[in-house]
Amino acid sequence: MIVDSPQGLFCPGGAFHLDPFGPAQRAVITHAHGDHARAGNASYLCTPHTAALLRRRLGEAAIVETMEYGERRRIGDVVVSFHPAGHMLGSAQVRTEGADGVWVLSGDYKREADPTCAPFEPLKCDVFVTEASYALPIFRWDPPTDVAREIAAWWLSNSRKASLLFCYALGKAQRLLGELAALTDRPAFVHGAVEPFAAVYRAAGVRLLPTRLIEDQRSFAGELILAPITARGTPWMKRFRAFESAFASGLLRIRGTRRRRGFDRGFVISDHADWPGVLRTIRETGAQRVLATHGHRDALVRWLREAGVEAAPIGVAAPPLDPEGT
Amino acid sequence: MRRFAQLYDALDATTSTNAKVAAMQAYFADAPPADSAWGLFFLTGRRLKRLIAPRLLAVWGCERAQVPGWMAEECFSLVGDLAETVALMIDTARAERRARAEPPSLSSLIEGTLLPLRDASEDEKRGAVMALWDSLERREMYLLAKLLTGEMRVGVSETLAIRALAQHAGLPPATVAHRLMGAWEPSAESFAALIRAGASDADVSRPYPFFLASPLEEEPESLGDRVSWLAEWKWDGIRAQIVRRSGGAYLWSRGEELITDRFPDLSGVWAALPEGTVLDGEVLAFEGGAPMPFSVLQRRIGRQKLTERILAEAPAAFMAYDVLEHEGRDLRELSLRERRAILQPLVAERSQRLGLSASIDAPSWEELRALRRGSRERGVEGLMLKRWDSPYRVGRPRGDWWKWKIDPYSIDAVLVYAQPGHGRRATLMTDLTFAVWSEGELVPVAKAYSGLTDEEIDELDRWIRQNTLERFGPVRAVKPVHVFELHFEAIAESTRHKSGIAVRFPRIARWRTDKKPEEADTIESLKALIRSSARGARDRG
Repeated sequence: MIVDSPQGLFCPGGAFHLDPFGPAQRAVITHAHGDHARAGNASYLCTPHTAALLRRRLGEAAIVETMEYGERRRIGDVVVSFHPAGHMLGSAQVRTEGADGVWVLSGDYKREADPTCAPFEPLKCDVFVTEASYALPIFRWDPPTDVAREIAAWWLSNSRKASLLFCYALGKAQRLLGELAALTDRPAFVHGAVEPFAAVYRAAGVRLLPTRLIEDQRSFAGELILAPITARGTPWMKRFRAFESAFASGLLRIRGTRRRRGFDRGFVISDHADWPGVLRTIRETGAQRVLATHGHRDALVRWLREAGVEAAPIGVAAPPLDPEGT
Repeated sequence: MRRFAQLYDALDATTSTNAKVAAMQAYFADAPPADSAWGLFFLTGRRLKRLIAPRLLAVWGCERAQVPGWMAEECFSLVGDLAETVALMIDTARAERRARAEPPSLSSLIEGTLLPLRDASEDEKRGAVMALWDSLERREMYLLAKLLTGEMRVGVSETLAIRALAQHAGLPPATVAHRLMGAWEPSAESFAALIRAGASDADVSRPYPFFLASPLEEEPESLGDRVSWLAEWKWDGIRAQIVRRSGGAYLWSRGEELITDRFPDLSGVWAALPEGTVLDGEVLAFEGGAPMPFSVLQRRIGRQKLTERILAEAPAAFMAYDVLEHEGRDLRELSLRERRAILQPLVAERSQRLGLSASIDAPSWEELRALRRGSRERGVEGLMLKRWDSPYRVGRPRGDWWKWKIDPYSIDAVLVYAQPGHGRRATLMTDLTFAVWSEGELVPVAKAYSGLTDEEIDELDRWIRQNTLERFGPVRAVKPVHVFELHFEAIAESTRHKSGIAVRFPRIARWRTDKKPEEADTIESLKALIRSSARGARDRG
């Protein structure tokens, strides 16, 4: 049902690609992050929220069809539907049903609660294609509300400095704004790359912390600023005279990662499934066969095989430097 | 334990020295004295002996986490630190941990549980560790693993820890530093003694904190008038203090190790010194009026048993260059000129094995520069320049003592193996092995860890991962393509190295992107370096 191809994962029965990295006739997109939803495809199929986020990158001319969660559509010989993946606003698992039975491609997903998107929906299937970005036993996430409280406490403790929190501009930034909205209503400042996506989230009815752009502000003492990691070390930073810097990513669970990158603080918060999350999800799908992609797929495959589960790798192997923006 | 873990995190979370000192000071104020004592023990870089082999800890961690060994290795290759890998694997959900018992205090953990494990059976050790894991948070599990494997390190310098304790006690840092010298044992009582007011210091064996020189980076003319400076040879031995008090004699290395017993051939030296004397100087292998290469002394240090033959091969001598205590009086506030005036008669003609590090006469910087060029032939590392008016300070303050070392040896070698570093560099390939040519093959001659910029490290790390030929555990054999200029301080023959050569303090000077691997040095050219450095020593002998 789903196979490797030069452009990425491909469904021959429906003649469409899934999150292709090369130009494809028809691209079924799981979510709006750059390495899953690339420009240059002839047409796109995704959820309405993903489409709203995608528009910013693809422009108005791109052909983008949408389909709500749970809506079923026949494409060629298969019936396709989207189901919430819990990764970010609009993120979806792709369920395909055809002669080969039911296959589910997880896309990127997490099992922790996230106030900015619909929770992951476990689906029964014959074959489950799971992401493995953090599929090692060292990765276990603390409850996100605990991490949000840590961030709030850090922000509060920096009364005479700016609290500069680096994170991905799409997805992670809005999630942090959503988590913090449960703890405070103090506005946060955001980098220009964060705000447009925040607007899409708000339009979708997601409650975020009030945000302000940094332009006119003189002093940032005591303020929280959310910025993409690409802004680090640029002249944009000059306006913050005294600040503490932090980074939010699942990778920061490893001490060396934070130390090497030289942040004062690291907040371990991820939008991907951790080790218990991956194992639990595989169990819940009841799949007879598991295909693993991304990150630590080979370790996961070996572990599953030793546990008596039929498993094989598929798609991309090399772990990205930081999976959070993917 | 919890308090210490919080301190560890606080120190880890900042690069500001003021913030670090404040965090330590708060810890000393807050923790019970017995815990503060152990905290200080680790903050000042002291370590417990290894109680459990890292391999065993990994096995127990796998068992606990229900993870096979290969998976732990997979995790380790990402984390780069065994203690952390184990802690992360066995760390369970926070909600579960909350229900558990309070962790033991740092002192009761170490004194009550860990130290008694030293003679315990493997089963007893396993039981104790598993029970401890039940009560600990993630960071505490990590620290416990570090304690068990004898690798506990905290990211502060000893000087900084001493400054924090001195501020807590309201004492000058030098007083605290002195009280901490030597065989300081952590306990509530010894901690109280460290911070008590006043200055009656009873321990007769205790040395003074060493005054360390800084490297001279500019030309000596920048120091002003030549006459204001004492010039001595920079001896290539073991920096040490002889403490002669109350009928006893103690030889302390700069690492604050008591090494008296390692040098029975110096017993005549302390016997000849009067009571109430402390000398600063260098232990050397010395024969026929000239120092022998450091490698000779090093061979002797490495031996468990000091046989007659070894003592004869590398006879020790003490080259004195300063006096810190005379007739029981602390002389450190006197000027170097005054101290040398006391030192000279003190060491003169007392023992064949006791020398005075001579003042070099050369009246101008230019003449001194010329003499320095002959350092290697004399078996010294260059020159020391000390301001005549300076007191004997603590630590490495810049300005009064300079080491003007000779240029290091330099070779071009090819990168052949790489493995991840530790700590901050745990995820980067920074432990590098370099080789030179021998009959058409590359033979490893040196490992180096430092000398590249962060950008170069990142670039090289990427290249290594993409150009790995073979993996042996964490070690990767890489394509022999890149040439690096290595610097080192000394070179000697060695039977312990496959290449037959040992180099001292190798480090990376430059990434020679302009050179091809064929242009790297050969074993022959390295052996020629040994011959030229040995010639001087032999000619004088």
